[in-house]
Amino acid sequence: MTTTLARSGVIIEVGGLPIQLHVNNPVFIEMLEKRYAGFVAPSGPAKFEFEIDLVAPGVISASEDVQVTWQAGLWRMERGDFYAEWNPALACGRIRQTANPYSLDCVLRIVHTLLLAREDGFLAHASSAVRNGRAFLFAGVSGAGKTTMASLAPPDVALLTDEISYVTRRKDQYFAFGTPFAGELARPGENMTAPIAALYLLAKGRENKIESIGTVEAVRGLLEDILFFAKDRELVNLVFQAACDFVGRVPVKRLTFVPDARVWELIR
Amino acid sequence: MNGKQYVARSPQIAARMMGDEMMIMSAIDSTLFTLNEAAAAIWNAADGSKALEEIVAGKVCEQFDVTPEAGLKDAGELVERLAGHGILIVSDTPIVRAAAAAKGSR
Repeated sequence: MTTTLARSGVIIEVGGLPIQLHVNNPVFIEMLEKRYAGFVAPSGPAKFEFEIDLVAPGVISASEDVQVTWQAGLWRMERGDFYAEWNPALACGRIRQTANPYSLDCVLRIVHTLLLAREDGFLAHASSAVRNGRAFLFAGVSGAGKTTMASLAPPDVALLTDEISYVTRRKDQYFAFGTPFAGELARPGENMTAPIAALYLLAKGRENKIESIGTVEAVRGLLEDILFFAKDRELVNLVFQAACDFVGRVPVKRLTFVPDARVWELIR
Repeated sequence: MNGKQYVARSPQIAARMMGDEMMIMSAIDSTLFTLNEAAAAIWNAADGSKALEEIVAGKVCEQFDVTPEAGLKDAGELVERLAGHGILIVSDTPIVRAAAAAKGSR
């Protein structure tokens, strides 16, 4: 079910965190409702709010790459196609961008990484899926096989995402949430959550096998896949500690696979 | 090496002992380093108040069965490498501020 707020905004809820987006453009809102289908909250209070200013196409920021900086109580996020400010204390922010969904997608990912870092969680370049009530993550850089694993999943598997996995911690247990952040499959994941049973670092090979790896290799592999934008000392420390904590509590192994459905026989 | 060399952990890092290895991540460029037990012993003792030769004598030689000369040579190379990445601060006098800041890391 998708409902807009008097056609002036939409609430997108990922990882149980509702973010209200105010934008005075019904066509853009409709596009967001389609893109984030399954993650649009019908109503209710949002945890954070953003005003979106849609501007004509052109360069909005001089930064070609994503830049995230903290200054005077504000997070500033920018790339060529957007500029955003977010005041966590006031729970509100502003985004200037053109009417394309990719800019907003990037801002949302950044906001979630900043929030998750303070809760011992993270976003990771990983596909993830739920089988028998347990979540499995398949991590790797572009080309490692995240989307392949997702597309090979049998019917009893619920796909959380083929691109960006959402990991939170509650006490000593970690949970994966579905996300609308899609990769090559170009469709949002299931909006559901499950405790994480294992994280697999993907490698393509000539046979399907799961191998144990050392703690240091696991932390190193995980850190390579965690989304992280801000070059901020405190946040670097939080992300590093989150990765170490995760590896200490969740099995992290190497999954070598050939691209056919039999690999899922190992994932139970 | 002339004179004493004092070393202190940079506050621009995150570190955690994982098993018998120390993992260190630079907050400057997110580079990861892994130190073995002997190197970790030096790292943990690098609070800016002790000279490197004191650290080697007190934390390395006996525990890892190396001579002071060999220990100091290896430690000097380690310090040079880590300092080159900005995660260790080196001075010819005790480093008070850096030591205090380093205490703040988890």
